[in-house]
Order: sequence, then structure tokens, then C-alpha cells
Amino acid sequence: MAKDYDSRRLVHIGAERVSNVSSTDFPGHYPNEDHSWNLQKFKERLQVKIQRLSNRSIDFDLVGVDASIANAFRRILIAEVPTIAIERVYVWDNTSVIVDEVLSHRLGLIPLNIDPALMAFKSHTDDVATDRNTLVFNVDITCTRNPNPPPPKPNEEPSPSDLYLNHELLSKHLVWKPAGDQESVFEGLSPPGPTNPNIVLAKLRPGQAISMELHAVKGVGKDHAKFSPVATASYRLLPHIKITKPIPPPLGKKFQKCFSPGVIKIDPNTGEVSVDEENVRKDSVSREALRHPEFADSVELSRVRDFFLFNIETESAYPPERLFPEAVRVMREKISIIRNAAEALKAQLEGTTDVEMVEA
Amino acid sequence: MSAAHGREITEQAQPQQPPLKELGLTEPVKTVEDKWQLLPYFLQVKGLVKQHIDSFNYFVDTDIKNIVKANNKITSDVDPRFWLKYIDINVGFPDRNEMETVEKKVTPHECRLRDTTYSAPIIVTIQYTRGKNIVQRNVNIGRLPIMLRSKKCVLTGKSESELARMSECPLDPGGYFVVKGTEKVILVQEQLSKNRIIVETDSVKGVVQASCTSSTHGGLKSKTYVATKKGRIYLRHNSIHEDVPIVVALKALGVQSDKEILLLTAGNTEAYKIAFSANLEDAAKLGVFTRQQALEYIGTRVKVNRRVVGPRRPAWEEALEALATIVLAHVPVSGLDLRPKAIFVATMTRRVLMAMDDESMVDDRDYVGNKRLELAGQLLALLFEDLFKTYNSNLKSAIDKVLKKPSRTTEFDAYNTMQFQGDHLTAGFVRAISTGNWSLKRFKMERAGVTHVLSRLSFISALGMMTRISSQFEKTRKVSGPRALQPSQWGVLCPSDTPEGEACGLVKNLALMTHITTDVEEEPIIQLAFMLGVEDIRLATGTEIYGSNTFVVNVNGTIIGLTRHPTRFVTQFRRLRRANKFSEFVSIYVNHHHRAVHIASDGGRICRPMIIVENGLPKVTSEHIQLLKEKKLVFNDFLRKGLVEYLDVNEENDTYIALYESDITLQTTHLEIEPFTLLGAVAGLIPYPHHNQSPRNTYQCAMGKQAIGAIGYNQFNRIDTLLYLSVYPQKPMVKTKTIELIGYDKLPAGQNATVAVMSYSGYDIEDALILNKASLDRGYGRCQVLRKNATLIRKYPNGTFDRLADAPIDENGVVQKRYDIIQSDGLAGVGERVDPGDIYVNKQSPTNASDNSFTGQAASVPYKNTPMTYKSPVAGHIDKVMITDTENEQTLIKVLIRQTRRPELGDKFSSRHGQKGVCGLIVNQEDMPFNDQGINPDTIMNPHGFPSRMTVGKMIELLAGKAGVLTGKLQYGTAFGGSKVKTALQYNP
Repeated sequence: MAKDYDSRRLVHIGAERVSNVSSTDFPGHYPNEDHSWNLQKFKERLQVKIQRLSNRSIDFDLVGVDASIANAFRRILIAEVPTIAIERVYVWDNTSVIVDEVLSHRLGLIPLNIDPALMAFKSHTDDVATDRNTLVFNVDITCTRNPNPPPPKPNEEPSPSDLYLNHELLSKHLVWKPAGDQESVFEGLSPPGPTNPNIVLAKLRPGQAISMELHAVKGVGKDHAKFSPVATASYRLLPHIKITKPIPPPLGKKFQKCFSPGVIKIDPNTGEVSVDEENVRKDSVSREALRHPEFADSVELSRVRDFFLFNIETESAYPPERLFPEAVRVMREKISIIRNAAEALKAQLEGTTDVEMVEA
Repeated sequence: MSAAHGREITEQAQPQQPPLKELGLTEPVKTVEDKWQLLPYFLQVKGLVKQHIDSFNYFVDTDIKNIVKANNKITSDVDPRFWLKYIDINVGFPDRNEMETVEKKVTPHECRLRDTTYSAPIIVTIQYTRGKNIVQRNVNIGRLPIMLRSKKCVLTGKSESELARMSECPLDPGGYFVVKGTEKVILVQEQLSKNRIIVETDSVKGVVQASCTSSTHGGLKSKTYVATKKGRIYLRHNSIHEDVPIVVALKALGVQSDKEILLLTAGNTEAYKIAFSANLEDAAKLGVFTRQQALEYIGTRVKVNRRVVGPRRPAWEEALEALATIVLAHVPVSGLDLRPKAIFVATMTRRVLMAMDDESMVDDRDYVGNKRLELAGQLLALLFEDLFKTYNSNLKSAIDKVLKKPSRTTEFDAYNTMQFQGDHLTAGFVRAISTGNWSLKRFKMERAGVTHVLSRLSFISALGMMTRISSQFEKTRKVSGPRALQPSQWGVLCPSDTPEGEACGLVKNLALMTHITTDVEEEPIIQLAFMLGVEDIRLATGTEIYGSNTFVVNVNGTIIGLTRHPTRFVTQFRRLRRANKFSEFVSIYVNHHHRAVHIASDGGRICRPMIIVENGLPKVTSEHIQLLKEKKLVFNDFLRKGLVEYLDVNEENDTYIALYESDITLQTTHLEIEPFTLLGAVAGLIPYPHHNQSPRNTYQCAMGKQAIGAIGYNQFNRIDTLLYLSVYPQKPMVKTKTIELIGYDKLPAGQNATVAVMSYSGYDIEDALILNKASLDRGYGRCQVLRKNATLIRKYPNGTFDRLADAPIDENGVVQKRYDIIQSDGLAGVGERVDPGDIYVNKQSPTNASDNSFTGQAASVPYKNTPMTYKSPVAGHIDKVMITDTENEQTLIKVLIRQTRRPELGDKFSSRHGQKGVCGLIVNQEDMPFNDQGINPDTIMNPHGFPSRMTVGKMIELLAGKAGVLTGKLQYGTAFGGSKVKTALQYNP
């Protein structure tokens, strides 16, 4: 039988409306119940469980927190976890068809494999570049004709890669120029460069050349999307399906088709229709079942309000499993700022000193 | 084409049932698969702008020769022995009109860049007397601007790589001119047909009138009316002061007997006889009984162009001349046999009588079959004729001037006189095309706004301009008739593509398969008609003409004879046309109202191809299409084999056309090639237009032209006044067959966006849009603006000249900030950033440039700064700097300055369904909504835009687009077809 959740934890999903949206577990909502925040209780309820981990993405469950907390992490992942990206481009020569501004924009969007922890923020945009806050790359490429191209094949256009040398500017053509003690800082790590070596930045033809110096700095996604470490950082709520009335076996197949594949199982012998608890998270909650009058009162659809199925895809130097802790770290920093400010305020109320927001 | 194409067609073909089951035919009917495949091959031979090019080719090859032939002799009033004759005229290929150039060939792109005119020399072969000899020589009399991609253009028939070498885009349609560096289009002009009788009524005044505008080659244009006035019928013409009673007019034309007049006009219809009889009495009251009396009557009322010399002629002679040459000038008069003209006038009278009797016999002026389209070739022909005549009269007076001198040292050679005739023709052409004023006093023509600058806002706007038709009607008149959508526009004029407001319905656009005819010689057609048994009209009397089983045969509006077997005649005539015995553009149809057969071979008729159906079976079969795909057949073979034929709007009335093969019955005569061709090129870009409310498609047609995208493969080589380019244009996810046919998928304008339809933040009310800041960061909607800045480095008449100077150094030895991008040649470096106030061309001019008394050393004069300063508030970059010479040897400098822009608040965005909106808010990615899959939209559209606008096509496009993204295949939203919603919904990951 289906795993039952406390009905207070469920967001009810009807054919035309979603109800029971807000959480109710705060003090004073239910008479004679204590809902004051309690670390012990929170610890008991809190669960984090990794479901899937790959090179580029992670799926994990975050259970037992309020939506505001889960959402705060999502937002921080997109906008406030710092990464390194190219911010300044000094063009010495660019005779390609792509104009300077567009090429610079394209360069900025290249994900770099540099651990942001090794770099410092530039405290101000006009700050001088130092070996602590800036990494320098060089690009120098000239397209020429291939002096000995392979013999042309009949009925085939010769490909540019046969005819020319350096006919494409790829992300791998970025050459790191270590400055100051950067060489020692990055020792033992893979040399700074793009995470993907094969991003086409510009196409070239004989006689065209590109020569530039690129400065990469640390930044955050709210400034520009190129600093965002994630491709996707989102969550959804765990679907919950409750069959209230047995589905007659002849309608089993039809009922099954109302849900995402694998969500509903049918016993091959008895024809009994039930929800596959393992796979219920796969459901898209399309509400298709509610459109059919024969199923409308046999099933209850809902989502679990504090059961977040997170999915994060990295597009930066961070491995996927490091992103969430990184977001937690940023969150704690923010909290400490607030705490410092709050304490200063408290001190002021007691003493006479001016309130000052403490910089991170 | 792609596999998706094939699939789409089979989907369409499925519901087709064997159509002739009920007719008892047993063998299964094969459907013609992919009959739309004819379309790309049709567009190969008759592209979208082919009408312009065809008409220009006709002018250059044929018409220009006819004009010269009609004005081919110059004589001298002084020396009767002198004559000069034009033997031939030829237009060469465009070349550089500069003396010292070695390489004479010129490309249109060079003309665009150098602000010159893409023109070719006009060479005449003349024969003239020099002393006692007759000499033949070739003379260049001027230069004719050449239409791009016409026969005389260097681009015609070139491969893609050859075009690339000439900096030309292979997708550019051509059909326009390059005059003084600007691209000019001569718009198609819509007019009422010439040489045809049109009957109109004025219900307020109770007037019925038949009018006919005569237009002949080299002749005058005049309008003749036969109109009622107080129950009487009169002939009215500009060259006659007073209305002439119709009976008097007919008598003057040689029909003396009252009986004959009655027969020719009223025939044997009693009602008409009664209505007409009063006119006979009037003539008797006026005392006009004989032809002589009639001529005297008219003669006293003719406006006489007094010639200076010669004795005064008697009135009857003036009348005879006016009737023979001015009134209804298009009806041929041989000798002084005015019989055909009398019959024409009688026919007009009869049409008036018919309309008086029966309201429904009045013609519809707005009917497309009564319209003719005037193209670039015709307009240029008129212009050339005018210029050529002036040229000849100038030449004649110049020759007379020389010959007048009693004694000459050398023998007079007219060739030398011609050399000094200046560039009257060249200047005339350039002036007319660059200003758009066609004011030809000789032909009583006064038209402004004939030409327009080709809009290069986007590829579509340029293409849309080439198919545009402007109407001659006044825009201020508050009549709805000419503006309304005419049923006869079906298939030839786009029902959606017309502007809103002032010019609504007056400016139209051609549909995809429309072709406009050029003149076909009518003499052989007349001969052919006689051979097919038509009886000569001159042998017929009124009884026969209006006999119960006779039909009058007209060729181009002129009555040539009678036939007693109209159906047989028409069938035989068509059979000969399908057998390719004469031009496929000659049309024939029966007008049962007027009991007449009309043959038309004149230019400017709108027609389109259709598949011929015989005995309930289309003549084009799948085998033919297969051969077409294998390139063993071309479109013209279909015409030659009689599988497909062109029908003009009038002939369409004689046919029974099936829209789909399943609709074919035994009566069917033709089958449409493809229903979506009833839309034009611009409306063809709309996906699922058949699901939209019709005004939305019209709005989209206006808006599609403003889309920023790619303009042509040569866009980075162009230096236009203003050019908008998209940084990342994308081909649409949901395309249409029209898109592929016109190459919009190769030069797209727009991007595919992830759209959420939901309300958000309140900054999206009244059609505002929300944009995702992260999408903008990643390049969504980014565009470039390129602006041209040009200046001349002039040489002045007093010997002084402008100069370029390097950046000045101030007292501290540093270059001022505003000069910092100037290099040593006085011009800004390419790639440099230009800030507001910066100088990018450091030009200096002599202070005494206009002082013509100055005689000193040009190098010693004082100079003042006349720099070009960057005025825009936003910084830009120098994209290109060009230094060249103009045609008159002045140095021309063009600097192209580029700005790259990212979307901001207030920028306009639109889908392809007339759903435009401005950006109301830019939202950070983390604040945007996301779905279960974590997808963020690029843009949020307010759902209130849907219910009242009913753009269901947009919703289907959203579905098809998403299905296409998920399956990784482009979808089709072709009008009256396209990917089905059902298939989009059946996507299964």
C-alpha cells in the first residue's frame, strides 16, 4: 500500500485547481499544538539523500525544510555562487568576420576550469589587476592555406579542415599566461583553461588572424549569466498518488497511460492496479487521470510540500556534488552578515555607537 | 527536399478518396504525389520578381526597337537632301563610364559602394547623308540604368561562387536598379485595362456611360466616352468641345442609313430600339442626314491644334482627321475606312443601352480581370520614347543650325553633331528613377512616387517590396470598392498582405505563383482566329452581329469578327495553345453576358499556372513529378507538353478548378498546383495562418518586414545608410514551404525562444513582455546597427581642394581625446571605439573655396577644420572605412560605424502572428518561473493576448515548436497543411 504522508504535508492537486499550497507548521496555526522551531525536531525531520550523481549533474532529495529555504539555495546556486569567467578582452588584431564585441561576448561565455576558491574578487570593477584577482590568457591564431592538402575526392566539396590550417578559433586555443605566484598556486592542478576544449568561437579563412589578451576574473551570476555555475538548478515537489477506489482491471491499462511510464504497476496475475512507490517521483503530475470521469473519484493527486527533488547541472569548475555545499557556504556568509549587523544594532540600543553594516 | 516534406504531403493525401467512384470507373485513381514539387521549379523559371525582369528584358530586346522604328527618321527643314535614319538600337552590358579605366566591367556592388549608376550604353546604328555619300555608323546616344538580374546584367546566370566573387548575394532577387548608389525599385502600377470598354453608372445623376482609354504604340492616350445625358446618348471626347449626338457621330464615321445605325446599336431587341429611337430623331432635328453634314457638324466643334504653316482646312477635314486619328486611336484605320471604328462606337452604344435596360450589365471596375499591371519595362519604354523624341528634336535643331550657315569649311558630318548632344537620355533616366517623377508632357503623364528606395530592413522587406503593387486610385477618396478584397484576387494577389490605414487595400502584393504577361504580337493571333473560322466583322451587318446564335470575337478589345460556334472555336484555340503553337500567355474566354469571345495578348494581365484536367484525370502524373525530381523535365516542359497552362483572371471564369484532387469531377477542367500559393511571399512566412483571425495575418505581413535578421550573404560588404543585423539569427523551428522556397531559412530574421504564457509582475499588461536577463546575457536578441557616414573630399572650381589632416597636437605635445582615434591619414582606424564627440574624419576645407576670383597657389591657402564628429550618445566602433572616387572624380569617403545593442526596456518583440509587444521588465534568471524540468523561459507573454485576438495558429505553432525541439526535427506550419497537432501531441520520449 502507498506510503502515506501526513495530510498537512500535502499540496492537493485537483483537475482545475491546486489547493493547500501554504505550509501550516508555524506557531499559532493549530490550537494546542506546539510548532515553535526546535533544532532537535528539525534535525529529525531533515533528510538529504543523493539519488543520482554524474560528471555533470546531481539529483538529490531535500526533505523537511520550508520552501523558502529550498528556494533560497536554488537562487544562490544560480546567482551567487562565484565562478571565474573572462571579463576583459584586449584586442590587438581581429580580422575575422566576427566583430570584436561579439567575439568578446562569446569568449566571456566560455566556462573555465578554475576553482574560484583560489581567486579573490576584484573589490571594484576599476581595481587594478593583480595575480590574486586576474588570470591572463592569450589568443594568437592566423589562418593559412594548407600547403599540402589531401587530394580532392570526386563529387565532394573539399572540407575547410583539409584546405586550411587554423580555420577555427576553438576554446582550446586559449593560452594561460601565469603571472606573479600563480604558477605555484595552480601547481598540481590542471592548468587554467576552458572546461570544454572544442567550443567554436570564430571561423577563419586564409589571411585572417586574431590576436587578443583575455583577463578572467571572479564574479557571480547576478552580475552576468556567464558567472553562473549552473546550467540548471531547480527543484520540484515529490508527487503523491493515492488510489482511493480500486481500479477495475479492464481499465488498468488506460489508467496506467494517464501517468508517466513506470509510475503505475499492474499485477500480471491479479490485474490489481497500484502505485509504484519507487517510481512515483517519475510522474509528471499531468492530471490526465482527472480528465476521465471513470477515474476522477478513484484517485487523489498531490505533492509533498517539504519534499524537494533537486536537480543541479554544473557548467563550471565545480563538480556537481560541490555546488550545494558551496551554496550553503554562501548562505552562511549572508547569515553572518545579518547576525553581525543585528548584534551591532543590539549593541547600539544598549550603547551609543552608530550602526554600521559590516561588509563581508 | 527533406524527408519531413514527403511525410507532410502523404498526410495530406490520405483523406483523399477515389473521387470518381460514383462515375463507375473501376480502376483505382492514383493521386499525383508531391504535385507541389512543381512550385520550386516554377520559381526557378518565374521567380518572385520575374515579372520585373521579364518586362525589362522585353523593353530592352523588343520594345526599344519598336520605339526607334516608329521615330526612325530625322530630316532637315533647311537642306532637303539631308536625312538621318536609325537602323537599329542595342543596349550593351553595364560598364564603367570612365575614360581612363582599363577594366571596363562593373559589378552592381561597386556601383552601390561608389554611389554610381549601374548602367549600360545605348548604341544606335545610324545611316545618314554626308555630302553625296550615305554613311553608316554606330553611335552611343546615352546610358540606360540596368535592372539587376536582367538579361543585360552581369549577375545573370552566374553560379554562387561567381556571385560571391562579385560581392553579391545569391538569394537576392534582383529586379531593381542601382542609381547613384541607391537601390531603386519601380513599383508595379495597377490601372484599368486599356483599349477595353468599361460601362459604369452614376446612380445619383442617372448617367450610364461606356468609356474606353485608347493606348497605342507611339500614339496618344485618349479617353472616349459614350454616355447618356437626359435620355439621349452622346459621344464625348477631349478633342471635341461639345458632346456629339451618337447618331451624328456614327454618320460621320460612315454609317449613313438610320436603319443600319439602329441595327448596329440596338439590333433586333425591341427594348433597345425604343430606347435608341429618340437619338435618331435628334439627328434629324439637327438636320444631319448625310456623312458630309455630320462631319461639318463635328468639324466646327473640334479643338484644332493650329499649326503655324499651311492654309486653314475646311471643317469636315478637321473632323475627319480627328475621328481617324484621335478618337479611339487604338482601332486600326486603313485608308479612310472608318468602318471598324463605327462598329466599335456602335458596340459602346449597345453596351450603354444594355446597361440602361439591365443594371447587372454594368462592369465592375474593381474586377481584377479589368485591370492591367504596368511594370518597370513599360514605364521605362514610355520614358525612353519621350526622351528619344526630345533627343531627336534637339538633334534636328542642332543639325538645322549647322546647315543654315551658308558656307562651311568642312563637309557636314551629323555624327559630330550627335557627339555633342550631351547626356540628355542618361540624365533623363537617372533623374526619373532617382526622384520617381514620371512627368511626360508628351503622353499627358504626371506621376510621382513611381520609384522607391529598396527597403533593406530585412531580407523579407526587400522581397516584399518587389512583389508590391500600387494602385492609381486616390488615397483620399472615401470609397470602399477599390480597397475591398475582390473574389477575383484569388490565387493572384495575396489576401493578407496589405498595409493598414491610408493605403489599405490600394497597395497589394502578388501571390506566390503569379505571373504578369508582356505584350504578345496580336497580328498572328488574328490570322489564326480567321483560320479557325471567324468571319470578318467588316462583312457583317447588325442583324448578324447581334443574331441569336452569333458571338463576337474580340482581340485585345477590338472586334475582329463573328463566330457561330463559340465553344468549338474556343476549344480549338486552346488546343493550339496547349500544343505550343503560339505564346502560352494568350488567353481566350467566352463572355456569355455580352455574347462575345475575348482573346487577349496584351501585357500586364495577371495569370498563374494550373494543372490541366481532362476526363476527370489530371494530366500531370506522379511519373512526371518523378522525372521532374530527376531533373529530366523542367517546368517549361510541362507547358510544352500541355500538362500545365497559364490562366489569366478572365479565362479562370471559363474553367472549373478543383482545389484538391479529391474534388475532381467530370466537369473539372483544372487542378490547383498547391493551395498555399494563394498567399504571397510575406504572408507565406506565417505558420498555420489558416488558424488565425484574418486581420492578424495582415498585421503580421506589415510587421514581418521590420524583423531584424540577416539581409543577404553580402551584408558585411555593404555600406548602407542604416543597417540592422541580428548577431545570432536562427531559422524558425516551425517553418513553411514558402520559407524554404524563398530562402528565408537561409537568411532568417528572428530567434526561437522559450516562451511562458502566464502573467507575471504586472509589468506585462497591455502586451508588454518580460525578458529573462540571463537569456540577454547569453546573446538573445542582440543586434548590430551599422550607420553610414559619408563625405566628399572636394576639388573646388578655383583650384583649391579639401584635405585630410592628422591629429593636431596641443601646446603640451599631446593629442586631444577627441582626436585620439585619428591615424596619420586623417581617418579613424578600423576597430577603434568612437565615443560621443570624437572626430573620425579630420577633414579641412580651404576658407576661400567659394571665392572664384582666387588665382593663387592652391597649396598656400588657409584651411579651416570641417571634421566629421560622432554625434550619437552611445559609443560605437569603426566598422569600415572606404576611400573611392565618384563618377565626377571627387574623392568619396564612407565610414561605417557599428553599435552592438542588447535588448532593453521598451524594445519591440513579436511572434509571427501579429502579436507584438514591448519589453516591460527584465527579470533575473533566479526570479523567473521554472517548471518541473528546471526550464526557465526566455520571455513571458501575457495570456490576455490570446482570447480576443484568436491567434490559434500561434498556439499550434507553440505546440509544434516544442514537439520539434523534443524530437530534434524542424516542423512545418504551411498554410492549409503543415504538421498536425495530433502528431505534436503524440511525442513520446
